[in-house]
Amino acid sequence: MSFAILYDSTMCVGCKACEEACAKKWGMPYNDQIAAEPRISAHKLTVVETHGERYSRKLCMHCEDPTCVSVCPVKAMQKTAQGPVVYDESRCFGCRYCMQACPFQVPAYEWHSANPRVKKCNMCIERQTKGEKTACTEACPTGATMCGQRDELIAEARRRLADKPGDYYQKIYGIKEAGGTSVLYLSAVPFAEIGLRTNLPNEPLPALTWRALSFVPDIATVGGTLMGGIWWITHRRDDVAQEESNGRKGDRA
Amino acid sequence: MKLPKITFWRLVFAVLMVAGLYSAFIRFYYGLGASTNLNDQFPWGIWIGFDILCGVGLAAGGFTLVAVVHIFNIERYKPILRPTILTAFLGYLLVIAALVFDLGLPYRVWHPLVMWNPHSVMFEVAWCVMLYTTVLALEFAPAVCEKFGWHFARKWLRTISVPIVIVGVILSTLHQSSLGSLYLIVPSKLYPLWYSPFMPVFFFISAICVGLAMTIFESWHSSRAFNTEMHHSLMAQIGRILAVVVATYLMLRFVDMRHRGVLDLLWIPRTETYFFWLEIGLFFTGMLLLTQRPVRQNPAALYASGLFVIFGFLANRLNISVTGMESAAGVHYIPKWTEITITLAIIALGFAIFRTAAKYLPVFEQKRSNDAVNQLDQQHLAEEEVHQPVCSV
Repeated sequence: MSFAILYDSTMCVGCKACEEACAKKWGMPYNDQIAAEPRISAHKLTVVETHGERYSRKLCMHCEDPTCVSVCPVKAMQKTAQGPVVYDESRCFGCRYCMQACPFQVPAYEWHSANPRVKKCNMCIERQTKGEKTACTEACPTGATMCGQRDELIAEARRRLADKPGDYYQKIYGIKEAGGTSVLYLSAVPFAEIGLRTNLPNEPLPALTWRALSFVPDIATVGGTLMGGIWWITHRRDDVAQEESNGRKGDRA
Repeated sequence: MKLPKITFWRLVFAVLMVAGLYSAFIRFYYGLGASTNLNDQFPWGIWIGFDILCGVGLAAGGFTLVAVVHIFNIERYKPILRPTILTAFLGYLLVIAALVFDLGLPYRVWHPLVMWNPHSVMFEVAWCVMLYTTVLALEFAPAVCEKFGWHFARKWLRTISVPIVIVGVILSTLHQSSLGSLYLIVPSKLYPLWYSPFMPVFFFISAICVGLAMTIFESWHSSRAFNTEMHHSLMAQIGRILAVVVATYLMLRFVDMRHRGVLDLLWIPRTETYFFWLEIGLFFTGMLLLTQRPVRQNPAALYASGLFVIFGFLANRLNISVTGMESAAGVHYIPKWTEITITLAIIALGFAIFRTAAKYLPVFEQKRSNDAVNQLDQQHLAEEEVHQPVCSV
């Protein structure tokens, strides 16, 4: 089982009720000024973007194999068994590699704090484990955002694509992108037109660094042997010289 | 007590220290937002791109020369070994200083010691910094022991010197390349002129380039500051080696681009292209100059060609950390004045510590032999000569 969110941009009317519900859940302020901000930030963990006459919602994608989890040196980011990717601020020391690495540019930082933390959506894991809906799903008046199990939501999305082929661009965003995400998108137009990144590999990104990291023990062991060996060879003549000076003609090989 | 004379450079140093301290206050009191131009789209600025990526690279002379002298046993380079190790050691200390400024919660800098994630390149980087700084301290410690006549410690250091040297070379190899691995995770963000699966290898080879170039750089400055010999024949030879390594590096870069099918990008008129050619141009000019005998034989010209390689290297690291990341981030990053003053203050501090250490410790060969006579008893001196034959220049 794995919690997920399906966002159907064809049903979204841009009311931003999800933004407000999210801010309320986190105990953050929300007003017209914040509503007008176009980007995710430390005080706005989800945002409804306007692309011409269409809307698109941004939030943490809760990747199946998350980049942020793999890059965090202190395991402050964790992929929970239930699906959401959560952040443990007691471990974080602020290197911001998660922000640098996230292919969706989601984690946000408290830049104006002297004790800054990373902020991002946790897919209301505390509500979902109690059987409640996420705050954004509950607030959505049109059903554009819905939460549930990932495989059920994929089935639902496929049903919509099949039922109304004329209304949809015939793909689901999030099945393969960056190895798959827990937030899935439906759109009437190609995804790039509603501001989604379409240049991402379909493989999980952590494999890219792991390929290099997996060589570390090899470099250490082979390198150590090689260096030691070269040292042994190049210093042999010193040994010989020393033994000769000691009067014992060197017969060591 | 006599007050130090006010000279131009002392004045510059004082101004930089004051500006640095004031910026440090802003950084730690008001946070990163007030002291940097970083934001959610562009979370890493010059404290990472310059202070850390370039700083670690510029310290690469340490492991390159240690390997040459101690592993490959090419003793004629020994006279310049200690100043190079000192530079590397200071370089790493200053990288740690920069890290303290850049980390959001610097008082948790020890977290990677106890909270492990071996899947993170940053975790590898953190451990390499800690371990290699320790190794460099041990590699430089003999100079301190000689100064104060701690013969027992000096002997003990000698018995562990071979494993320490080997561990140091391996840690450096890992650290230099891992800084390239850091960027493997951003295939969709780093401009394809720089993003390559071989970035770790390129970072390693270019670190060797800059390590050799820094040896020429330091040798020139030290010879002027302390009236020591420049060891010019050694430097000319290093220049020749440097030309070969840079040529190989450049060739590999272009071969890699051909295999990735991005050669078309070389001619697109856009910012990344210009900065790319600037970087390659600097490397190439340095390399071309070094292939010329008259250049290698003239100390000033040799120094200048070393500088070209150093600037090519700096351009490469800044291109990867700033130029190449901007278009995907959708923002334009220019460092804030506080970012620059802190960087300059850290560099100035490095120069000052180097000068002081070189003045009071047996770092340079000539000084070493004087100190040795002063500090070491005759018996120990004789022993020294058996173990470490003093090389003639």
